[in-house]
Amino acid sequence: MSGAFEHLNKKLDRPLTVKSRLLALLAVAAMVPTLFLPMWQMTFFAQQYPEGLELFIYSHDLVGGDDGNDLTEINVLNHYIGMAELKPSDFTELKWIPLLIGMIALLALRAATIGNLRSLVDVVLILIYFGGFSLWSFWYKLQYYGATLDPRASVKVAPFMPPVFGYRLVGQFDVWSYPSWGTYSFMLVGILLLGGIWFTWRQGQE
Amino acid sequence: MRNRIIVQLLLAVLTAGLVIGLTGCAPDPQSRRGGRTGGAGSDLTSAALATYVAPGDLDDYYLFYSGGHSGQIFVAGMPSMRHISTIPVFTPYPGTGYGFDDETREMLGEYSWGDSHHPGFSETNGEYDGRWLFINDNANGRIARIDLRDFKTKQILKVPNISANHGSSFITPNSEYATMSTRMSVPFPEGTYADVTEYATEYHGLAAGIKIDPDDGTMSLGWEILLPPFNYDLGDAGKGPSEGYMFWTCYNSEREFIEGAKLEVTASQKDKDFILMVDYREAEKAIASGTYKTVKGAPVIYPEEVPGLAYFIPLAKSPHGVDVSPDGRWIVGSGKLSPTTTVFDIEKIKKAISEQDFEETIDGIPVLTYASVREAEIPVGLGPLHTQFDGKGNAYTSLFVESAIAKWKLPPYEAGADMNQYVLDKIPVAYNIGHLVSAEGDSMSPDGNFLVALNKLSKGRHISVGPSFPESAQLIDISGDKMKLLYDAFTEPEPHYALIIKADKLDPIEVYKKDDPAWPVNPDAVWTAEEARIERKGKTVEVWMLAVRSFFTPDVIRVNKGDKVIIHITNIEQTRDELHGLAINDYNINLVIDPGETKPITFTADKGGVHAFYCTNFCSALHQEMQGYLLVK
Repeated sequence: MSGAFEHLNKKLDRPLTVKSRLLALLAVAAMVPTLFLPMWQMTFFAQQYPEGLELFIYSHDLVGGDDGNDLTEINVLNHYIGMAELKPSDFTELKWIPLLIGMIALLALRAATIGNLRSLVDVVLILIYFGGFSLWSFWYKLQYYGATLDPRASVKVAPFMPPVFGYRLVGQFDVWSYPSWGTYSFMLVGILLLGGIWFTWRQGQE
Repeated sequence: MRNRIIVQLLLAVLTAGLVIGLTGCAPDPQSRRGGRTGGAGSDLTSAALATYVAPGDLDDYYLFYSGGHSGQIFVAGMPSMRHISTIPVFTPYPGTGYGFDDETREMLGEYSWGDSHHPGFSETNGEYDGRWLFINDNANGRIARIDLRDFKTKQILKVPNISANHGSSFITPNSEYATMSTRMSVPFPEGTYADVTEYATEYHGLAAGIKIDPDDGTMSLGWEILLPPFNYDLGDAGKGPSEGYMFWTCYNSEREFIEGAKLEVTASQKDKDFILMVDYREAEKAIASGTYKTVKGAPVIYPEEVPGLAYFIPLAKSPHGVDVSPDGRWIVGSGKLSPTTTVFDIEKIKKAISEQDFEETIDGIPVLTYASVREAEIPVGLGPLHTQFDGKGNAYTSLFVESAIAKWKLPPYEAGADMNQYVLDKIPVAYNIGHLVSAEGDSMSPDGNFLVALNKLSKGRHISVGPSFPESAQLIDISGDKMKLLYDAFTEPEPHYALIIKADKLDPIEVYKKDDPAWPVNPDAVWTAEEARIERKGKTVEVWMLAVRSFFTPDVIRVNKGDKVIIHITNIEQTRDELHGLAINDYNINLVIDPGETKPITFTADKGGVHAFYCTNFCSALHQEMQGYLLVK
């Protein structure tokens, strides 16, 4: 048993191959779009909104469609049910997510230059944790805003939860929620890093 | 002459036959009261298909009707002919709050109505460019400009000395000018008293060129030309080879108004009246060289001092419409009392001018020799008024007396040919057509598919609405050899002329976006509750208010009786169709504020007590709750 760990430790101490370093560099490059492209997109359709209201969730901002007006419109509609105004400044995630992406990028860059297999595994672990935590945070915020309603609101509704992924009917709105290009880019980061691990790992088998 | 008699005889027989036919087999008055005889099912089906715009689908064209003495412009979609919107121009319109806020109230000035007659689109290279729509007020010497970005009246220009501005608003090919002219001559300058017994010498008509700013469309008076006391009626601007000229028909060249003798009789004595032709580049030169007098603030040019400025072209008596063909070569004029339409050739006109081929000179204006400039007289029928074109070499002339439209061929014609052969088709209309308009008909490339007959009488082709009858407009398919009636539409009083423009040439905004550089910044706009406020300075209370679903901020205004109150209200919505109103009960105030718009209203709080104010334009599920109070102590 301890032999297996020793074997693993040895492998993890192995310096990265050129291929793995290149993939780690590519992963750093793939992190750049996650700062500029929306991570998630929610679209709200109703009879009187045939073109849909769009909400784009960026790593650093909440932006409505139609030059930002869709967010205003969503807030105007939600004030009737006593939901708190969706204000980017109220979301601390929008401050720490870009910071963390930058830190992960630095770690990946470190692995690509002076790192061994272990450092690359660390980056992937942090990445998975970060991705999972962000998703939970997104779920929590949707749940929180839909459940924390002003009791003096003109329209009383039961607590509700828009979909994190997929479709749900919320009031008169058909709501669709899907990851967007930023998330796909983020997933690409993970795939590239896993590829980096794979190539150095495989070299050990040969 | 012989042809004319034959045509008239034929028409008399036809009319008699129609009368006998109608009385002989009276249709069921409940289901069909008009003269349309039951067509083949297939014709009705194809007409229905040609005009049906399914729910949610869009029309292909905008139709802008002038609203006549309603003072407005009506906007319809074509081919459905559905009325979509009304643009208030010369008359207050509480539906959009027009004439209630400070800005539009000031624009309307002392008038609460106008007589809007002839819409004119701005043009670039002779094509409608979709920027502005101009319209004249026949009653009060005014012209207005509508911005087609937001379909709102932006300017009303009052021009001195012009009495009854009828020959307006015809636009030159690059929107250099809109025309204006006097239909009812009065003593000159305006405000002068002279008895009608001095009509021939003391009364005058005028033609004017209204300059249009090429960047923002702002209108200003370019020049006026003093004219003999005729009635200057309708106009058109030249294009192509006739670019640089403006044309107006005129009647009462008898130049008299004899009390009790009826103008309809006295103005119909001479065999010919005229088309007035003005070379506006000569007018510009006269202004530049100072050859004018400033009268009542207007630069007035006297034709005897400026040779080459204006000419008269003889035309069959009591003419109404003058229309320039799309290629600009043919000038088509119609004498109301003649069964012919006359075609003039701009090349022959230019030749006659260069050869000084004149019959006489009236008040310094040469009269061109009729036989030298006339191309042909077309026996179109009785009571010809206006002519439109299809861009395929054909013209369509409305026949008021005959209640029909004649389709005829533009030149060239065979020498010595029987002109009747060039009248290609005729379609009856219901009833008594005035103007007619073809798709993009005033441009240099009409579409040649649709024609709308603007009829003066509807005579019950609709379910009855009592004695105040609506007007009738009929959509006609002109894409084939034979004209086909497609659809009857009705409007409120009273379209004179209309214009049709392709829908995709216009791209109106649907909200005033905050910080849109296309619109001037309003320093009194408030976008947040924090900015909304009430300030008192002496006896003036100024309110910066915002409206959003479904509340006003502030919603209580406290003033003392006699205070001057100024409210700047901003609708902070940025969602299309989220309009809000602001009505103040008992104060005769109703504003409607579009999304992103700010409007000011100033009034004196002269009625004590408590007056509710509320949103008049339905906005939301809690619209009824959108109210506040004006407390007047």
